[in-house]
Amino acid sequence: MLTISNLSARVAGKDILKGINLVVNPGEVHAIMGPNGSGKSTLAQVLAGRTEYEVTGGTVRFQGQDLLALPAEQRARAGLFLGFQYPVEIPGVNNVYLLKAALNAKRKAAGLAEVDAYDFLALIKQKMKLMQMNESFLTRGVNEGFSGGEKKRNEVLQMLVLEPTLAILDETDSGLDIDALKVVSMGVNSLRDPSRAVVLVTHYQRLLDYIAPDFVHVLSGGRILKSGDGSLALELEKRGYDWVQGAEVA
Amino acid sequence: MSSKTQDVEALINQKYRHGFVTDIESDSLPPGLDEDVVTAISRKKNEPQFLLDWRLKAYRHWQTMTEPAWAHVHYKPIDYQDIVYYSAPRAPANAPKSLDEVDPKLLATYAKLGIPLHERARLAGVAVDAVFDSVSVATTFKDKLGKAGVIFCSFSDAVRDHPELIERYLGTVVPAGDNFFAALNSAVFSDGSFVYVPPGVRCPMELSTYFRINAAKTGQFERTLIIAAEGASVSYLEGCTAPMRDENQLHAAVVELVALDDARIKYSTVQNWYPGDENGLGGIFNFVTKRGECRGRNSKISWTQVETGSAITWKYPSCVLKGDNSVGEFYSVAVANNYQQADTGTKMIHIGRNTKSTIVSKGISAGHAANVYRGLVKILPSAEGARNFTQCDSLLMGPTCSAHTFPYMEVRNQSATVEHEASTSKIGDDQLFYCLQRGISAEDAVNMIVSGFCKVVFKELPMEFAVEAQNLLSVSLEGAVG
Repeated sequence: MLTISNLSARVAGKDILKGINLVVNPGEVHAIMGPNGSGKSTLAQVLAGRTEYEVTGGTVRFQGQDLLALPAEQRARAGLFLGFQYPVEIPGVNNVYLLKAALNAKRKAAGLAEVDAYDFLALIKQKMKLMQMNESFLTRGVNEGFSGGEKKRNEVLQMLVLEPTLAILDETDSGLDIDALKVVSMGVNSLRDPSRAVVLVTHYQRLLDYIAPDFVHVLSGGRILKSGDGSLALELEKRGYDWVQGAEVA
Repeated sequence: MSSKTQDVEALINQKYRHGFVTDIESDSLPPGLDEDVVTAISRKKNEPQFLLDWRLKAYRHWQTMTEPAWAHVHYKPIDYQDIVYYSAPRAPANAPKSLDEVDPKLLATYAKLGIPLHERARLAGVAVDAVFDSVSVATTFKDKLGKAGVIFCSFSDAVRDHPELIERYLGTVVPAGDNFFAALNSAVFSDGSFVYVPPGVRCPMELSTYFRINAAKTGQFERTLIIAAEGASVSYLEGCTAPMRDENQLHAAVVELVALDDARIKYSTVQNWYPGDENGLGGIFNFVTKRGECRGRNSKISWTQVETGSAITWKYPSCVLKGDNSVGEFYSVAVANNYQQADTGTKMIHIGRNTKSTIVSKGISAGHAANVYRGLVKILPSAEGARNFTQCDSLLMGPTCSAHTFPYMEVRNQSATVEHEASTSKIGDDQLFYCLQRGISAEDAVNMIVSGFCKVVFKELPMEFAVEAQNLLSVSLEGAVG
């Protein structure tokens, strides 16, 4: 589904990614861990198509397409979703309005008719129930005055409505209390199926107690230094990132 | 600047969609202004002596005045002797009695503007008094309004049929010598709209007038007078467009509103005069005096404006709150793109006890445009318990535009409450990218973000026009983001 080969990128003249290789197959959940400044968020932003990040080398194939050749909105319509680390506020624009526009943009690209208003409302209410969100969220401005936890729930809600093929969740667990973490994890797990894949970008093993990853990768200094299964995260938790960084030197 | 921003900016150079000229013979006076021209206008319209005297007095006063220069706008001096002060489509012998008799070219013009008179009027239940240059050519729904006792007609008809109302109310809110442009208008105004809603009557439909400047080098000086008698209520909407021309055209209108005891007037404007091209050539100078007087107790006047057009917009729809417990409101969206300049806002003059005013202004600047909010809240010693709330927000799109806010407050009563909130923000790359990542196109994203910004004002517009205003906004701002 996603094949990243030797990807390098820079932002504001500074090289951040220095040759990333990663293959994500349908049905898999990958966790990308690493210390601050290792390039985790940059990787997420580059995959989503943010133009402030300059790709300096390498290729990315997504479902047979050259992902890097597509503008951000087309990547989204092709089924790539980014759950933002810091979701922005858009005052005055209803959550429900944004969601409907997003869903319709995706449907239009797939040659489908616009979603029926009644069906849409039913769909979104069902997903909100799953995310334990109050219906007043619908008519509030996008992330306007939301707490950190509410914003993250809203990201997952959007993901559930848009049903992406590949979801990249950038520190969706940060700033969540344990109850919210459980709800968010349940939302992500509900999306797991053999045709979809999830890439979790996270600092902490904590999230992986609830969303069991198939693979764990450690990113440091713009490279993936170590990959393994779920047990790698536990070992990291115990031994710290220094252990991996030290291993590279040795 | 990101490539995304450039893409978006490429979209901004959308051409003015209403830039066509209708080829119709018109009956015009030669350019220039003197007492003979003022007299000729009055004679052409068969006006009573009192009105001619009023015009001449205004003209003489105007000659003693100098053009004001305090606004934050820049333009070349206007040559008042190079303007045509009267231009009317030449009617075949008699004036049309129904739409069937109206010149098809005129009707086609309205259709291009998106106002299919028949359909629109019937479907939306809107009476349209269409002003083409200076003379009203078609008035619909007169009958239904007539049954309710509402008078809705061209200003000229009102002068002919209801001279007593004109004599009683004309110039009582905006005196002939109020300011330079109002004095000019008072001397040479050619037509406009007149509304009278009798006591206790709720006007059964939205009233709407579309103004359009067609003839070249024509100044449009319309005059609107709306009176809501005791306990009456009315909602009025004006929409404006003008064809594309290289030279600037002057539009100096005067609007007067009078609300008696317990009366309500809601006045909405969607202004889309030609703004000039992307280099700032041409466009309308929109120098308008709009003022409403809450003359009676518990009366209310509400102004809502969506200003997207004109090279220069210079106007302050205001409320004089004389009656006790009267309420004034001003909701504004002003958009300035390319080289447009807007200096707009309101004045709320609190005179009566427990008077209340609300000001919500949303300014959007893009390109090289300058957008100014200028407002005055004045609480006089008599205005015991007066309250004002003001909110001014500016949205900047791109690095070369500007926004300025000049709120003046003059409080001369200790019991008054005056609140002011202001903010300036930019459409951020973060907001835009967030929408793009959800699959929404850049153009739709900008529209969405701007609409969100303007939402509190749009919801004050009559329902059927809120959509139109939103469309207009997206045309005006296509691609403007930074």
